[in-house]
Amino acid sequence: MNDRIIFEDVSKFYGEVLGVNRISLSIPPGITTLVGPNGSGKTTIMNLMTGLVQPSNGHISVLGLSPGDQTELFSILGYCTQFDTFPRGLTGWQFVLDGLMLHGLEMDLAVDLAAQAIERAQLGDAAGRKIAGYSKGMRQKIRLAQAIAHHPRVLVLDEPLNGLDPMARAESIALFQELGRQGMHVLISSHILDEVDRISDRVILITGGYLIAEGNIHQVRQEVHEKPMQVLIRCDHPELLASKMFAINHCVEARLHADGKGVFLRTADIDQFYSMLNGIAADGLVKIDAVAPADDNASAIYQYLIGTDGSPS
Amino acid sequence: MQAQRLTRIELRRNLFSWKAAWIYCLAFIPTVIISIHMLVGRHPSFAIGEDTNILAGIVQLYYIRLGVFFGCLGIFSRLIRGEMIERNLHYYLLSPVRREVLLLAKFAAGSISAVFLFGSAIAADFALMYAGFGTAGGDYIFNGPGMGQLVAYLLIVVLACLGYGAMFLMLSMMFRNPAPAAMLVLGWETINPVLPSLLQKISVASYLRHLMPVSVSSDGIFALLTVETEPVSGWAATAGLLALIAIVLTYSCYRIRTLEIRYSTE
Repeated sequence: MNDRIIFEDVSKFYGEVLGVNRISLSIPPGITTLVGPNGSGKTTIMNLMTGLVQPSNGHISVLGLSPGDQTELFSILGYCTQFDTFPRGLTGWQFVLDGLMLHGLEMDLAVDLAAQAIERAQLGDAAGRKIAGYSKGMRQKIRLAQAIAHHPRVLVLDEPLNGLDPMARAESIALFQELGRQGMHVLISSHILDEVDRISDRVILITGGYLIAEGNIHQVRQEVHEKPMQVLIRCDHPELLASKMFAINHCVEARLHADGKGVFLRTADIDQFYSMLNGIAADGLVKIDAVAPADDNASAIYQYLIGTDGSPS
Repeated sequence: MQAQRLTRIELRRNLFSWKAAWIYCLAFIPTVIISIHMLVGRHPSFAIGEDTNILAGIVQLYYIRLGVFFGCLGIFSRLIRGEMIERNLHYYLLSPVRREVLLLAKFAAGSISAVFLFGSAIAADFALMYAGFGTAGGDYIFNGPGMGQLVAYLLIVVLACLGYGAMFLMLSMMFRNPAPAAMLVLGWETINPVLPSLLQKISVASYLRHLMPVSVSSDGIFALLTVETEPVSGWAATAGLLALIAIVLTYSCYRIRTLEIRYSTE
């Protein structure tokens, strides 16, 4: 059994409406985030790999298993969907336990796993209450508990941070990071780009049903050649540094930092830029305190590749 | 084991639901009427035969054609379609249970619910119908043909629940709203006795008619609702209906394998 989630030229059409078109992916273990505007195809990708919808074309394999191999696949996969609905009349405990019972586990083991999952999701005593009385955040947590209760190897989370307060959000992120460190595949869809930066090993950018980019955030950024990279340099003479860099002709834009102690420089050739910067620093013309990429993050990549209106740039 | 657990989960969630209150009414309306008849009517022993015919008419013309029909429509159409509308079906489709097993477990749970409900109602009707006759009624049941008739009625209810249940489970997967299709089925069942013999085999009620222990006489208003058909043995009728149920369930298993979750279009 291999260790990747593979999409081979997968398309999905809902009648005449495009869901996703010719998506090819190979997702390794770790935390991978699907990023894209509403209606871009993130949920379609998740539903395709879990068999909730069937592809119009192409082939999908999850750790060597087809989405049609339900008994094997869902023993190792958990999916926390975006649907905020539950069977009527259940307590949180019953909801998680019912899910485990369908795995064919002995009752004692199922009870233990349910208790562990509820504790991991930080629900505690609330699990004994009816789900109908839960807040949105608690409903999100109980769905997460149900998805992780059977210790899956692949965890698919559709907007798992929706409805969570900042503390719950931080706890959930810590849980995802722990699961990613354990070698699980954690596939998350999110709009919260600063958290994508914090938790993701890889990003998959999708819009309009098309795959725009995938990979490590830094790799994706470096491949966006048509967008010069922006670097923030903290120094004692930002104006002097900017004029020097323009003179060497490796900069296309310069903007002073609001506090006057740094400068944002855009360069079309980052390697040459750093080489020139080293030379300037070595000459002692400018005392450089810090150098950092200023747009090597999910938000910038999203803006460059997808744009504010959700259409590909 | 997973099928058993699934069936138990379904029974626990759906057997006693306030949303199904109308189905309980459907099942026990005749029971209420018979209770009133038992309390206020006179029951000379020579009237046992007449009451036996009335009970046969209630089973064949009310329960089979209306009560069990609409009760099973309510019970079975919510097993898949109802959960699609309530956006809960995906929890089952994301569990390590084959979809065919899921379907059959839901069918089993629905059948148990329907048989329990309508079987209880008919047993109560039977008991109340003859209770008014006192010792004569008891003799008729325990020393006469009564117990055999009760067993036959219960068998008919079981087969009716299985037959209509399979049909409505299939229709609920084929159509977003199975009610119009169910009305077509009702029409088909009604005109079935006048159809050619091959088409008569595609009908639950036509098989059940041959299993009735007491024929409903074709006098008065009943003449409008009964049609004399070619007699078929009980074993052949039972086997034919079970074969029809198996075919419908097989097709349903095929359908559920490609069922997609698209709640936004429900």
